[in-house]
Amino acid sequence: RLGQWCGHAPILEEDIALTNVALDLIGQARLYYQYAGELEGRGRGEDELAFLRPEREFGNLLLVEQPNGDFAVTIARQFLFDSFNLLLTTALVNSSDARIAAIAAKAVKEVTYHRRHSASWVIRLGDGTDESRRRIVAGFETLIGFTDEFFESDAVDHLMAETGVAPDLATLRQPWEADVGAVLAEATLDWPARTWSVRGGRHEGRHTEHLGHMLAEMQSMQRTYPGLTW
Amino acid sequence: MQRHPRPEPAAIPLPAFAGTDAADAPAPGPATVERAMELLAGVPDPDIPTLGLVDLGVIRGVTVDAGGRATVRMSPTYTGCPATDLMKLMAIDRLLQGGFSSVHVALELSPPWSSDDITADGLRKLREAGIAPPEYRTTDKRHLTGEVQSVACPRCGGRHTRLLSAFGSTACKALWRCETCAEPFDHFKCI
Repeated sequence: RLGQWCGHAPILEEDIALTNVALDLIGQARLYYQYAGELEGRGRGEDELAFLRPEREFGNLLLVEQPNGDFAVTIARQFLFDSFNLLLTTALVNSSDARIAAIAAKAVKEVTYHRRHSASWVIRLGDGTDESRRRIVAGFETLIGFTDEFFESDAVDHLMAETGVAPDLATLRQPWEADVGAVLAEATLDWPARTWSVRGGRHEGRHTEHLGHMLAEMQSMQRTYPGLTW
Repeated sequence: MQRHPRPEPAAIPLPAFAGTDAADAPAPGPATVERAMELLAGVPDPDIPTLGLVDLGVIRGVTVDAGGRATVRMSPTYTGCPATDLMKLMAIDRLLQGGFSSVHVALELSPPWSSDDITADGLRKLREAGIAPPEYRTTDKRHLTGEVQSVACPRCGGRHTRLLSAFGSTACKALWRCETCAEPFDHFKCI
């Protein structure tokens, strides 16, 4: 999604910033996928996991597959996610799993930059012109219902919390609301009305229509030329 | 319906970088740890070629066994840095040319690489290349609080500078401008 902004962002600096954030996130995903492949022990590596799984096997948050919309929608999406991702990654630094803790210790430095960047744009857009304010408000209203999913746990999440691999996700809600609330206040914005909520992506693989289209485009090379490397 | 055979993807040759051309190949020599470090010091960072891998602080150490097989411990800078894979290949190439019988590069994530790991030589080379080095160490209070500080212009030394973009031409750099000499410049981020 962030890569789609390359060449299209409102200013050159944002072309570079959004793609740099994308690069960091790909780097982090690669490290987790490599580890997942090793643990699974069926010979699947990062490329098989990224390029050869069907949509229903993807356990990503619904929020991050949402279309870019205008720049304000993208900033709203990134800030809601970056704030959560920073809390999650910070907690994972203390994971009882040494490999996850090592990945998180690297990632937390990068994610701190991401959150700082998207928060600064929320403030500028919210406390900017009537037009920028209207757009960021619309961005939050479009996306807020995807955020409850951050804090839901299934049996695997509960087991990870019990064994200290990952935090109890429900405990991240209060600090997340505090962080988002503080940035919204500085942006002179109110919380968007939380009148709707959807879930099912991370735990059940039931996605919005957008993920399938994206995977079709991103996976076509590897499916057409199996084993292709750059 | 006729199925078309899938063409084999063509092998793409690696671009040549300074220090990795055949003409610059090191003469084979003894397979020792000291020599391995010496050879690795000559491998340039693909994105900032003025800097060597040792200057950058990504080489954590080398072991060499009796059969001349080297294991290089390398710590990547940013998780998504596209130069990491190339650094690995260049390090392997360099040591093989130098006479090591086999080379393995082990990526080490923990403890994470930090801009504090850049050597004094590395900081000097960055400045000479027109890139402002990290201003302080990550343990500095100003870094922890995220306070915006001024970065000295690498061209005129002026302190009246401002951040243009928190993200620059590579993952490790931010874009700044000097208000004294009006030149934009890269700043190697403190991370």
